Amino acid sequence: MSRDLKTLVSQGLKSRYRNERIMRSLGVTALLFASGFLLLILSIIFSQGYRAFTQTYIEIPIELSTADIEDISSINFQNKIRDGLRELFPELQARAELADLFRLASRGASIDLERDISSETPPGTINFIALASSDVDMINKGYFVDSESPRGRLSEQQYEYFQSLTDRNLISRQINTNLFLKGDSSYPEMAGVMGAIMGSVFVLGITLFLSFPIGAATAIYLEEFAPKNRFTDFIEVNINNLAAVPSVIFGLLGLAMFINFFGFPRSAPIVGGFVLTLMTLPIVIIASRAAITSVPPSIKEAALGLGASKLKMVVDHVIPLALPGMLTGTIIGMARALGESAPLLMIGMVAFITEIPQTIFSPSTTLPIQIFLWADSPDRGFSERTSAAIIILLVFLILMNLIAVILRKKFEKKW
Amino acid sequence: MSLSAYFVINLILALLLYLYGRSRAIAFSSSRKLFATKGYFGLHNLLVAFVPSFLFVLIYTLAEPGMIRYLVQSALPSVLDVEPESFQFIYNELLNVHAEIIPFDASNTTHTLGLAVYVGAINTVSISKMLLFGSIVLIATMYALYRTNPSFNARVHAELMIKWILMLLSMISVITTFGILLSVLFESIRFFGQVSIFDFLFGTQWSPQTAIREDQVGSSGAFGAVPVFGGTLLIALVAMAVAIPFGLFSAIFLSEYAKSSTKDILKPILEILAGIPTVVYGYFAALVIGPFIRELGDNLGWQLTSESALAVGLVMGVMIIPFVSSISSDVISAVPMSLREGSYGCGATKSETIRNVVLPAALPGIIAGVLLAVSRAIGETMIVVMAAGLAANLTFNPLEPVTTVTAQIVTLLVGDQEFDSAKTLAAFALGLVLFVVTLLLNIYALHVVRKYREQYE
Amino acid sequence: MDKPIFQVKGVDVFYGDNHAIKSVNLDIARNEVISLIGPSGCGKSTFIRCLNRMNDTIESARISGEVLLEGEDIYSKEMDVVMLRARVGMVFQKPNPFPKSIYDNVAYGPRIHGLVDTRSDLDDIVKESLQKAGLWEEVKDRLTAIGTSLSGGQQQRLCIARTIAVGPEVILMDEPCSALDPIATAKIEDLIDELREKYAIVIVTHSMQQAARVSQRTAYFHLGEIIEVGDTDQIFTNPKERLTEDYITGRFG
Repeated sequence: MSRDLKTLVSQGLKSRYRNERIMRSLGVTALLFASGFLLLILSIIFSQGYRAFTQTYIEIPIELSTADIEDISSINFQNKIRDGLRELFPELQARAELADLFRLASRGASIDLERDISSETPPGTINFIALASSDVDMINKGYFVDSESPRGRLSEQQYEYFQSLTDRNLISRQINTNLFLKGDSSYPEMAGVMGAIMGSVFVLGITLFLSFPIGAATAIYLEEFAPKNRFTDFIEVNINNLAAVPSVIFGLLGLAMFINFFGFPRSAPIVGGFVLTLMTLPIVIIASRAAITSVPPSIKEAALGLGASKLKMVVDHVIPLALPGMLTGTIIGMARALGESAPLLMIGMVAFITEIPQTIFSPSTTLPIQIFLWADSPDRGFSERTSAAIIILLVFLILMNLIAVILRKKFEKKW
Repeated sequence: MSLSAYFVINLILALLLYLYGRSRAIAFSSSRKLFATKGYFGLHNLLVAFVPSFLFVLIYTLAEPGMIRYLVQSALPSVLDVEPESFQFIYNELLNVHAEIIPFDASNTTHTLGLAVYVGAINTVSISKMLLFGSIVLIATMYALYRTNPSFNARVHAELMIKWILMLLSMISVITTFGILLSVLFESIRFFGQVSIFDFLFGTQWSPQTAIREDQVGSSGAFGAVPVFGGTLLIALVAMAVAIPFGLFSAIFLSEYAKSSTKDILKPILEILAGIPTVVYGYFAALVIGPFIRELGDNLGWQLTSESALAVGLVMGVMIIPFVSSISSDVISAVPMSLREGSYGCGATKSETIRNVVLPAALPGIIAGVLLAVSRAIGETMIVVMAAGLAANLTFNPLEPVTTVTAQIVTLLVGDQEFDSAKTLAAFALGLVLFVVTLLLNIYALHVVRKYREQYE
Repeated sequence: MDKPIFQVKGVDVFYGDNHAIKSVNLDIARNEVISLIGPSGCGKSTFIRCLNRMNDTIESARISGEVLLEGEDIYSKEMDVVMLRARVGMVFQKPNPFPKSIYDNVAYGPRIHGLVDTRSDLDDIVKESLQKAGLWEEVKDRLTAIGTSLSGGQQQRLCIARTIAVGPEVILMDEPCSALDPIATAKIEDLIDELREKYAIVIVTHSMQQAARVSQRTAYFHLGEIIEVGDTDQIFTNPKERLTEDYITGRFG
């Protein structure tokens, strides 16, 4: 039989090894597909977004008389900008031409000018670096170089003015501080993510403040105190299930309960925080329970054996040892909450809000929702900001996950 | 009195009683044997003084807006001529006037008389809050003082209270489930009062936007959700067609083929993919994949939209790959090594072992994982909101645009809403269906996963 | 002794930095049962897993030296591991039937190796293998029952039948009775004795009585080295080495 076996087996070997290679390459293909997709997403977001981190400015001479300085409140800053522009193009007289010219500067320029001038400013001419309009910004960033209309949305004249300004070295690109420091705006060049970030901070603050203690308490109760009965099983099934409920459902809960029933204000971070707390609780609980179970029973028994009460044992031994694991789980839950947007749409946090929210009751958006809002705009200036906001969001997420990883590494089981 | 004032009073009192309990315990510990160390007397008093009054303030504050509204609603008709339908409008105006968002108009009777009623209601509610708070604090203090004596076993009582507090906190997740169920159920019942449940579940015409008009409320077939369910299924199907093979094969590669060093590189990639917020996937689907598929269609001579179910499903599938992969990996790793060795020992190759031994053994777990993934796919919101269409289109052609349950929920509820219109309530009915379906999928799948784990433990 | 079927020459095995097997030499003859005994952790299981390259599945394992199966080095490039394992079957410590029917368990090897063309041939192999494993009478009426539904002893005999079904030249057994009760153990031991007529059998055991009952030759392992190899009778009655004597007289182990 054994001679037979050798020939029979060797006959089949070739096709069997081919199948082996196929299985292996299917796995490799799947992973390559996933990694390729990730790379594609990241590279597109980055290539679209990096230009939003700089912004185009026009250097405009601003004439300030002594009278101006003495009574700042009477200055019409809009006109000062316009006068400056006229000075750069003294040949323009026609009303339409001037209107075209004025549109090169952003409406935000006068606000910046107002901020820069105080009663201490010496009178005379200053070279003010004025925020350019988004259309100029797009041209200057080279968006339309190879397209059919290299002028973008600028008119023929405007494009000439722009060229002339470039030739005179009056156009510059600087770090886009507006992006980081301002709230939303209907003008792309003035829009920033600060309002959304503050909204996210408020929402996450509430979520952290509520979900960590509640989650930790639930985990401690279930692991250390709860009797093992049907009801405890029910709580457990319930928590696992809650972790898999679609997030939009939590939004419905928030809308029906917190806003309509309890009368909380719409669009407020407090409600967003409540909703995301309920959503992240299962994550925190499951992670905390795992952390508590990994505390070796020998340590618990040693404490109990010395006559410590159960509570004392938990407070003195279980909590300190499980705390890093609990915190790691909480941070991961927070990262999930930071990226979440669907439930917040339900409770009205999706609104055009230009002011940076000051309290947990003021109307606000969050970072992902700002992305959602900007993504809707066909304006190129907003699409580069959308990608930039995504980059900012991803940076926050990476930081949070990094903290979780470091925490986990640092406190890896020592027993 | 503001919320923080209540909180501070509460805290100060609790601290005082804590210190009292401690010092008394020290005082009488010299004379008699104590049941508890002195710290527990303090802890006991602290809990007695703080917890009940804190809970009261919390619950009362939550209920306050509702109570004020109720008081105004019952008192307002006696001073003003109010139609029940217009109450909400007047009430909102009163809120705004009181908050000084709308300037006070002395010639407007709604402002003068209504505001008086409103302020009266606020006063009633806050005075009774103070009185109730005061009495609770008084009773708690008296109880704490009465218990501060040497024969009292403070440790047992304090620990019991803490156990109760922990249990109450762990109830929050249970309450959440019931809260979800009640809130979607309650609004859904109101919806089914206007639109028959049969029409909703089996009707094939979905055009909720038009139903805002008075003459169309609940009129024929505007709320037939079958196209919405169909669209959800279609997109979920496309997503699973991407996620299952790619997720499963990457799991097989990671757990059976990859060396640990390769794993250290590949696993984080999947984790990053899993960690990208859905809004980013949505943006990507709307910006890149949708237009790409439309152009592909153009080149092939097909008229496609960029909102096709294919584009949305594809991106959603990629989003779910890490989920399927990680669950399958867990399940595959749980198959005992001894089974693999038995197969290798017979001379089987790795792929034969995987196909004939590992996968059949892991199948129940993998199926459960796939069900959880399906539940994710049908509950996914941002991708469909951003990249799918809104037109309810009953089709099984993935190249056409469809809409989904979640996209409809968002569209119906975002923006101005009247809470009584069938349009708004329909969102809750859709939410109810979504909740029930995902709940059943989850419970079943989690049950299977749990049984599977126990089998190999 | 005839020309041995296995010749092991100077084999070393490392698990990472751990030197598990130290230059072991051993010849294994056809139609003999050889026992490998020794204290736990002495490397006897590691050694037996070298003979059909089961250690390949462990990432950190490295091996050097020569293992010749009928004169061919099984670690050479020409030797195919699938072919090797078809020729050198293995039975494991814990019974590990697949979660499939009894029939499919036994038919597993013939199917993957493509040993038969017709269903009736496969039926014959399954029947024959189960008969050889002494399990046929007990399971012939429920061949479709799942393999894991059998008792522990039956499961182990099913695993032996599964191994026989491929038609190997050598069967490796890694403590095949350690998870079984005495009655099941006795049955397996009888079976090993019968199988000797057709196969060379290498058995790792922690029970010296078992080694004495089933094997013709015995090798004593200690800390990764073979201390002594010889006829079983001689090893147990008149060991040459001090370490062997200490072990079989129970001074340590």
